Amino acid sequence: MTATLNPAPAPAAGSKPPKRKKPKQHQEVESGAGLFAPSMMTRVGLLAVGVLSVFPLYWMVVIASTTTSNASGFPPALLPGGNLGRNLEQALTDPNADLLLGLRNSIIITGTVTISVVLISTLGGFAFAKLKFKGSKVLMGTVLFTMMVPLQHLGLVPLYMVMIELGWLDTLQAAILPFLVNGFGIFMMRQYCIQSVPDEIIEAARIDGASTLGIWWRIVLPALRPGMVVLALLTFMLNWNEFLWPFMVLSGENPTVQLAIRQLSTATWSADLSMVFTGTLISIVPIAVLFVIFGRQIVGGIMEGSTKS
Amino acid sequence: MSTTTTTESAKGSAAGPPQTKSGKSVPPDQRSWRLRLNRADIKGTPYALVAPYFLLFMVFGLFPMAYTMYASLHTWKIGVPGREFVGLQNYSFLLFEYERFGWSIVNTLGMFAMATVPQLICALMVANALNKRLKRQMFWRMLVLAPIVTSVVAVGVIFARIWGQEYGMINGFLELIGLDAVNWQAGRFSSWFAISSMVDWRWMGYNSLIFLAAMQTIPRQLYEAATVDGASQRQQFWSITIPQLKPVIIFTAFISSVGGMMLFVEPMMFDAGRLSGGSDGQFQTTSMVLVDILRTHGNYGVSAAAGWLLFLVIGLVAAVNFLIVNRISGSK
Repeated sequence: MTATLNPAPAPAAGSKPPKRKKPKQHQEVESGAGLFAPSMMTRVGLLAVGVLSVFPLYWMVVIASTTTSNASGFPPALLPGGNLGRNLEQALTDPNADLLLGLRNSIIITGTVTISVVLISTLGGFAFAKLKFKGSKVLMGTVLFTMMVPLQHLGLVPLYMVMIELGWLDTLQAAILPFLVNGFGIFMMRQYCIQSVPDEIIEAARIDGASTLGIWWRIVLPALRPGMVVLALLTFMLNWNEFLWPFMVLSGENPTVQLAIRQLSTATWSADLSMVFTGTLISIVPIAVLFVIFGRQIVGGIMEGSTKS
Repeated sequence: MSTTTTTESAKGSAAGPPQTKSGKSVPPDQRSWRLRLNRADIKGTPYALVAPYFLLFMVFGLFPMAYTMYASLHTWKIGVPGREFVGLQNYSFLLFEYERFGWSIVNTLGMFAMATVPQLICALMVANALNKRLKRQMFWRMLVLAPIVTSVVAVGVIFARIWGQEYGMINGFLELIGLDAVNWQAGRFSSWFAISSMVDWRWMGYNSLIFLAAMQTIPRQLYEAATVDGASQRQQFWSITIPQLKPVIIFTAFISSVGGMMLFVEPMMFDAGRLSGGSDGQFQTTSMVLVDILRTHGNYGVSAAAGWLLFLVIGLVAAVNFLIVNRISGSK
């Protein structure tokens, strides 16, 4: 009977009959849960969307690997040239913008922010998910509200004033501090914690005399690890691409990679297209590498984060 | 057990000396200490766990917001000592005298509408396509999400070239099919169109994944029943999928309106990294005006007022959006 329901049984199916349903469902989700087969139109449309999504990125690589005179004509170059190495060398040593320093600064800023957000979010998320304390509902409501409201934007003026008063303009801490916490992170870790840490384990640990912090360290953190990876990836991407605040507090002397790209493109706007595109390519590489390695987790994180809100 | 209660009541009734003595028998006392510690741990530690978030949030979120309010009511400039309370003068300056501000709101709203409406519609269509019985789901999902790896600055750089007047790809194509090249930057609508394309390109895939996630939670039985009743796929999309997605659509529209009203980098990079938004400010957004007042003119008071006005506009847009989406997706 099961054979007729499932015409292509998994190889291991015979050995564990009761567990059979689970992997099957899983498989279905992976290969599209939809009821309907896609029509030709759907396939063509999707392909077009895919091409449009990737083409600007591809074109960037093309221009970054060709000479400027090649890049500016029409029809534009559509195949990569052999100049990537020379362009890279030139872009990294371009006197108009310190790309190397920008990369270094971006790594420091984004790394610090990511570690802080993930750590603080696991603490808070655990508390909101599993601990009972007075005012927790109100506090969680506040977190949700801060998720929605662009506070960094509204607070731009006074934060900038404070940084001037402290004499912190052009220092990395000025770029780091306002981003150390993130309401979305708390929310996300709370959801993960509700899902992946059973109440019974926490109660059992309490009976064994574990402290709250001990529970966080020994039970919650290991259980949250997959979620933490996703949160770290999303935070890293978001902050790597942050522009407005670093633009306010950092100068061209001490830029992030994004600021360096802007400088490069402003200084050589009309002159050197392939130089600008090479710089842009360099700025994307770290995120692109993460995306290629962890794309599955990033897609999953975005999709899971949305259905629970 | 009983010893612990005595020690506790002893503490509660301000401790006479004989009771303390009775509590001094070593093992119960230790136990009570542990119990008290335990209780403090259970009651207090949660606050300690959420404290880092709220402390940092107060310093870098709440305080600046309140301080912006204070600054917006004063004349206050960088390098000029002393400040003076002027009531709503900064606000009225922005609203009635500084024309760029009013236009910046028009520009921001225009670009927001131009970018968001087609973007969400396309995202719904793509999500619907991805929700079919496709092979290599993960490949397709990553493909539509790929633009998100690009930073906004990079998007600006690339698209400014694609829409460029002289060597731009779009104009080259227009000339190829016998049309005139367009100076996309010069006109209000044409520049909005080009800038909207940047926003759409970067965010469409992201939004379609969010829609897709929501679509997958819709019970299959609804579709199966509709199919039995003879409803076409299109009918099912409109009468099952869209109504079921309503909360997610509202959520996405909200997020898009907050993001869209703060548009900054795309229009800035479209004009070689300048804050003026084109020759006539035809694509200068409110965020650009705010930063311009702050950085170029060093005027805290006026830029703080601009910040609050922008915040109000965001609130209004979000509310209107909610009403519209609610009406459209709830009608069926």
